[in-house]
Amino acid sequence: MDKTPDNSVLVECRNLSFGYGERRILDDLSFTVPRGKVTALMGASGGGKTTVLRLIGGQVRAQKGEILFDGQDVGKLDQSGLYKIRRRMGMLFQFGALFTDLSVLDNVAFPLREHTSLPEELVRDIVLMKLNAVGLRGARDLMPSEISGGMARRVALARAIALDPELIMYDEPFAGLDPISLGTAAQLIRRLNDTLGITSIVVSHDLVDTFRIADQVIILANGRIAAQGTPQEVRESEDPLVRQFVRAEAEGPVHFHYPGPTVAQDFGGGLDK
Amino acid sequence: MSWWNPADVGFATRSKLGDLGFGARLFARLVMLFGPSFRRFGLIRDQVHFLGNYSLAIITVSGLFVGFVLGLQGYYTLQRYGSSEALGLLVALSLVRELGPVITALLFAGRAGTSLTAEIGLMKAGEQLSAMEMMAVDPVRRILAPRFWGGVIAMPLLAAVFSAVGILGGYAVGVLLIGVDPGAFWSQMQGGVDVWRDVGNGVVKSFVFGVTVTFIALLQGFQAHPTPEGVSRATTRTVVVASLSVLGLDFILTAMMFSI
Repeated sequence: MDKTPDNSVLVECRNLSFGYGERRILDDLSFTVPRGKVTALMGASGGGKTTVLRLIGGQVRAQKGEILFDGQDVGKLDQSGLYKIRRRMGMLFQFGALFTDLSVLDNVAFPLREHTSLPEELVRDIVLMKLNAVGLRGARDLMPSEISGGMARRVALARAIALDPELIMYDEPFAGLDPISLGTAAQLIRRLNDTLGITSIVVSHDLVDTFRIADQVIILANGRIAAQGTPQEVRESEDPLVRQFVRAEAEGPVHFHYPGPTVAQDFGGGLDK
Repeated sequence: MSWWNPADVGFATRSKLGDLGFGARLFARLVMLFGPSFRRFGLIRDQVHFLGNYSLAIITVSGLFVGFVLGLQGYYTLQRYGSSEALGLLVALSLVRELGPVITALLFAGRAGTSLTAEIGLMKAGEQLSAMEMMAVDPVRRILAPRFWGGVIAMPLLAAVFSAVGILGGYAVGVLLIGVDPGAFWSQMQGGVDVWRDVGNGVVKSFVFGVTVTFIALLQGFQAHPTPEGVSRATTRTVVVASLSVLGLDFILTAMMFSI
């Protein structure tokens, strides 16, 4: 196991390439995620942000390049090795992905019961502590079908931090939240990161709140890194790609149209002739 | 996709082989997870309860009616040869050797198999299986294996219930309604049914069908496309594939048992 000499880096991606069939999603991507910081991964939908999270978690493997988690290459681990490092990560799925047949309390207790042999009273106390951190201690007996989307994501967050991970990956934590829940969620991410001393990767395209909580922003466009730096640096970037994204413009280097034949070829039954 | 293009034929063959290999590996894993699954017996117990107990009503009612019909049809045929007192033997042999395991398996596929497929498929669609993997919990071990062994345990028990209720149904029609001698009904059955050759073969069949139906249901759910129509297709396929497999296997097993 070769440790990364630089101990301030938790995750490092080197020359990552990934695609489905002909379609390239990530193209020679390299970046680092500093320990103890909030890194935001931004970019247009379908730009491969979620894929990066899946690659770090080892759920899919890159065709080229390597991903180092605390010095270990995730892409080369076997199942038991993968499971060992996944116990050090938490992942928050876009819609929470709570187990629908378990109550809120049992959902948060699930990783504890699977991975530890703690007595039931202790499990309960830990679960209530985690639920308290996300403000849902009172909702412990509800079923996932009885809580709102924002609450479900907070429960999922409590479940993700149940085993005190070193890294939490948030997949679109703000999608579909009302402004109040959105602000709460953003503050929660920042607070958990600082109080628990964890490292966070936030995949999002909500500009305002993500820029407010992030230490480092990486903007992906067309499978490559378009900009990287502090929120301030990214906001002031002169790169046309980044300006298009930060200013939310429809036209620019990021293509609005999905690749296909040109208009002249396609209309008037052109292709069928 | 065209069947004359070698590239397409090759691709289709390869993806079919890939599916087959995936299924075979999943099956091998489920079998090897026998030990770990039984060490957490609570999970299997819940599944036996869910799959078995909730199928009891349909199994009992079907068994009763199949028994009724066997009593009527059996009597009709036997009395032509003046051997209507052998009705007990006929009813028992038909149920224990053949109808018990087969009809139970078909009903089990419809009742329990579909619910397994839909459950696994929807868990996949809701990213619950991915979430479990990211929590370093193997879904095959935690979700699929207990369901597999639960189904394998439940099937023979349900088949036994089906046969027992069916025999009572045959008794009700043959003895109580038509008036076959009750002594002859039971003693012919007792004398003619062999524990190993008849009951044993029936149990082997129901065990094999339990493995088949439960595995097909789990595989279809696990391979389902995580969309509403994907899950609905997988559920349909469970019933079709499991039913055909049961009927085909039944012929093979009967032929093999015939020769021993």
